[in-house]
Amino acid sequence: MSDIAVSALDGARAKGIVAVHEMGLQGMVSVRADLGEAQTARAIADVMGAAMPDPRRIAPGQGGAVAWMSPDELLILCPHAEAEAKAASLAEKLAGMHHLALNLSDARAMFEITGDEGALRDVLSKITPADLSAERLAPGEMRRTRLQQVPGALWFETPTSARIICFRSVAQYVFDLLAMAAKPGGEVGYH
Amino acid sequence: MSTRLATGGRLIDRSHHVNFRFNGKTMRGHAGDTLASALLANGQTIMGRSFKYHRPRGVMTSGAEEPNALVNLGEGARLEPNQRATTTEVFDGLTARSQNHWPSLEWDIGEVNVLAARFLPAGFYYKTFIHPRPAWKHVFEPFIRQSAGLGQAPKTRDVDRYEHFYAHVDVVIAGGGIAGLQAALEAGRAGARVLLCEQTAHWGGRAPVDGVRIDGVPAEDWIKETVEALEKMDNVHLRPRCMVAGVYDHGYITAYERVADHAPGTDAPRHRLWRIRTGQVIAATGALERPLSFPGNDKPGVMLASAARDYVVNYGVSVGDRTVIVTNNDDAYRTALAIKAAGLDVPCIVDARPDADGPLVQEARALGIPVKTGMGIANVKGLRGVVSVQLCRQAGEGAVVENVVCDAVAMSGGWSPVVHLWSHCGGKLTWDADQAFFRPDHARPPTNQDGAGFVVCAGAADGALHAADTLRNASLMARKALEVCGKSAPDALVSQATAVAESPMAPIWVMPQGAGPAKRAKMWLDFQNDVKVSDVQLAAREGYESVEHTKRYTTLGMATDQGKLSNINGLAILAEALGEDIPRVGTTTFRPPYTPISMGAIGGEARDEIFQPLRRTPIHGWHEDNNAYWEPVGHWRRPYCFAKHGESHADAVAREINATRGSLGLLDASTLGKIIVKGPDAGRFMDMLYTNMMSSLKPGRCRYGLMCSENGFLSDDGVVARIDDDTFLCHTTTGGADRIHAHMEDWLQCEWWDWQVYTANVTEQWAQIAVVGPKARAVLEKLGSDLDLGNDALPFMAWAEGRIGGFDARVFRISFSGELSFEVAVPASQGRAFWDALHAAGAEFGATAYGTEALHVMRAEKGFIMIGDETDGTVIPQDLGLDWAISKKKDDYLGKRAQQRSHMTDPTRWKLVGLETLDGSVLPDGSYAIADGDNANGQRNVQGRVTSTYHSPTLNRGIAMGLVLHGPDRMGEILDFNTTKPVARGEAPGTVKARIVSPVFYDPEGEKQNV
Repeated sequence: MSDIAVSALDGARAKGIVAVHEMGLQGMVSVRADLGEAQTARAIADVMGAAMPDPRRIAPGQGGAVAWMSPDELLILCPHAEAEAKAASLAEKLAGMHHLALNLSDARAMFEITGDEGALRDVLSKITPADLSAERLAPGEMRRTRLQQVPGALWFETPTSARIICFRSVAQYVFDLLAMAAKPGGEVGYH
Repeated sequence: MSTRLATGGRLIDRSHHVNFRFNGKTMRGHAGDTLASALLANGQTIMGRSFKYHRPRGVMTSGAEEPNALVNLGEGARLEPNQRATTTEVFDGLTARSQNHWPSLEWDIGEVNVLAARFLPAGFYYKTFIHPRPAWKHVFEPFIRQSAGLGQAPKTRDVDRYEHFYAHVDVVIAGGGIAGLQAALEAGRAGARVLLCEQTAHWGGRAPVDGVRIDGVPAEDWIKETVEALEKMDNVHLRPRCMVAGVYDHGYITAYERVADHAPGTDAPRHRLWRIRTGQVIAATGALERPLSFPGNDKPGVMLASAARDYVVNYGVSVGDRTVIVTNNDDAYRTALAIKAAGLDVPCIVDARPDADGPLVQEARALGIPVKTGMGIANVKGLRGVVSVQLCRQAGEGAVVENVVCDAVAMSGGWSPVVHLWSHCGGKLTWDADQAFFRPDHARPPTNQDGAGFVVCAGAADGALHAADTLRNASLMARKALEVCGKSAPDALVSQATAVAESPMAPIWVMPQGAGPAKRAKMWLDFQNDVKVSDVQLAAREGYESVEHTKRYTTLGMATDQGKLSNINGLAILAEALGEDIPRVGTTTFRPPYTPISMGAIGGEARDEIFQPLRRTPIHGWHEDNNAYWEPVGHWRRPYCFAKHGESHADAVAREINATRGSLGLLDASTLGKIIVKGPDAGRFMDMLYTNMMSSLKPGRCRYGLMCSENGFLSDDGVVARIDDDTFLCHTTTGGADRIHAHMEDWLQCEWWDWQVYTANVTEQWAQIAVVGPKARAVLEKLGSDLDLGNDALPFMAWAEGRIGGFDARVFRISFSGELSFEVAVPASQGRAFWDALHAAGAEFGATAYGTEALHVMRAEKGFIMIGDETDGTVIPQDLGLDWAISKKKDDYLGKRAQQRSHMTDPTRWKLVGLETLDGSVLPDGSYAIADGDNANGQRNVQGRVTSTYHSPTLNRGIAMGLVLHGPDRMGEILDFNTTKPVARGEAPGTVKARIVSPVFYDPEGEKQNV
């Protein structure tokens, strides 16, 4: 379906103090299950080649990542075309235990924000109340938080590259927020 | 007259000139000037008019506490009223206008109010404008609003941008004076995360002006070194032009950064509101000088002694050639020395104390300045400026003993610590009788969630006014705050500050102490709101004993400066009038913000496109391109209709309905809520959520269901599709998606935590399109599908998953229009392409996009209820004739018990019926069916009301639904409904007759949807 499927903002970009990029189609599978069960860990290992992430961590896996969302919820990141199959495969491997595995790729939008480390954290601090100091949110940890008036999740892939996930319907709002926060002249010099 | 001195001015850059305009006149200042210092340098001593009496006023202070020098700053899209000239940094091209004057600042017609002042005492409004009643609205209020009031409200859109910034620290330090810097050093060395905010553009506060020396060098040098040391610390962040505005619970702090006020037109945001979480707050906010209450203390040319000193030392501006100092303390002598050092005259120092012999006094005497002890000011001569002051004995009633020619008066009534931040969250104060001020009561700090104090005051704010004590206190208090954070600073030598010693001040609240009524009526307490000593005394006589009541009765401290100068003086007068001690009278409540902050900063970036998040479906762009008339539905915007060129909305709705009923309509239904409920206990959970039986639904089938709150009221409705044995898909209303998901989680997490059920809100995963009308099947078959869409394979209320025209689709045979209808869900990423494909394939059938109004009319024609129209939180399913959707077999469901209560089973509850006007007109929405007689309130009795009403293009007449007393038993009866339209000009509104009918107006047998 790659020819007819488009992401919320179809790869929109903005440049200012930092660069903002809507990343296009991104596979996401939501998994709810008892994360302490061996069967869950095995299913994650089989399908994603990743270890069960600790609370608030995002663990890299084959072709994607596994993020801890809540005590009984994970988010699988994978190529968009593979999400449906990954959801089915997880459901199969979790059969017999209470679980929910859903392809929710299209319910969300994902952004990449890149720039100097301090500027990146400054810009994001204009829209989220989360503590973004380097020691409180280092690469490898995901924060579920608020992006001004909407919910979102964010993490740093590297010190100079952050990712944001929000709901698809508010992708334009989040893009506009980020673009506004990144507007030249708005440098803060705090982080 | 004030003027610029030839030398001096530590904050200005004499090599850099700036031009600005005041009341249309071009003036010249220097970089580093405030608007107030630049105006004084240009000889402009009158800067505004007072609120009530329109008295000419000059600048009173040099800082944030300024009550008088308020201006309309900027023009057009950058106009902002009530800006304090004392905190406005001057820049090239600045324009300002004075406020509250007419026709001009120099000559104001309202000044006659001064003559009428004896008729405008405290509580004047309450006493005077009582009768006749209508006069308040039509005569008094317009007059008062014209005569009172401050700046002009801007009339054009603000062109600047604003933003918020979130920060998390261990310690916020408010104030970058020597106490704040010392506290920052301690906190920085302790490794705490520190944010140091200073409201001005300069570090060090007033220590350099006051001649303080620290560690043997001038304060200025120590400040420079300390700021450099702090800048080197990675864990310390310094923020000038950033005022800590408010302290709130849980260590939440707001700070107001004026990023670009001094440089408008750059691409920087104008203001930035810092929203900070901190462990501790160190309020190093200093102290404010108090005025003295003597007759004429509000005249231009009279100002605080500290301000006169600041203008000389900081800006190289003299406030007059001959400045009389009037004081009750030693500190004001520093002003005399500074003025003398600038080569100007101090004719005398009027000291209300019987004796004065401290080192500063001796220094003044040594310079030949006459010191007149035990004296006060009986009157200030001069109308628009000071010409002379008349001196009297402080102990007496004000008999003039001497006239001193002068053109400025510098007064000091002592100092009050700035305890605002300590008090915002409930910190208590204690009265320090020796120094005559309130200071923080360390035993009763504002407390955080742990019950521990989270604010300390440091330096002068803690009452340590003298420089020698300030630094020691700041270190001590900072260490106290750090200890609470679990941090400790390594022991280091505390810098030693030295300043000339001072002898004790004397509390002087009225000057002269025996002044009679005429003199007391000229002693201003609150300069901005024109409250005088006589007003507070009158309030006390009239029985206002509480300081909070007195404040509101007299308006003392209610102006934009919030009583920063008047607070202590006013309550001392009140205490005296009541014969009470000052601490027993207490203070009014200090509330955030410390000084007014801009609405723009509070709003932050939330304006224009990002004022609110706008939720967009994958098809939103098409709607925009096709002239959708939007209807807000929650944060979504849905097309109400798509008007073609020259078409009215009503015509568009009729066209959309006719096209749908005639052939093919397409609706973007993506906003409808979709919630997955899955697990071994899902069926049981569904049976509790819905009033009807859901657990018996077969996979592949759909069922309409109702959800009630536990109080029995109808909350939401929608079609449930069973996906498999363990899984249900619940469709909710657009507005219900998030609310119902939360409702489900509430019950699962709080009540039925042991049930094995997971839910997921998948609303946005799918684009859902209703394909509606006689040609609905034809268009889908034309697109091609691996599904059998025939009525046998996919009957009404069935669903199937497959591919349609190359799209991944779920097809639901459900209908809200009464027509053959397929709701097709495709992944959101494919939604727009699918919508386009349907239009392309449907072109031969006249495929027509329809909006929410057509949807509403078509469902009303079928008698389907709409949540929010037929329901309003007081309606139960039984009211709507939905008994068929309420299971009698189930033991329980949410709302069942409530629906059995006597009020819910009362046969007189109004019930749903259809309504048809006899004349075919559309009933007014919300109209009541009137009944005989009046109720106890003299209002007409009613027997029903309209819940939704439309013009039906299908039937070409008005149709409506309503709730009517015994309605279903009264078919055919005719009721009168009220209208708002008068029968004839000048007559009372008439009524309109409507017949009670079945709510199903169209295809009652349901033949059209079952083909």
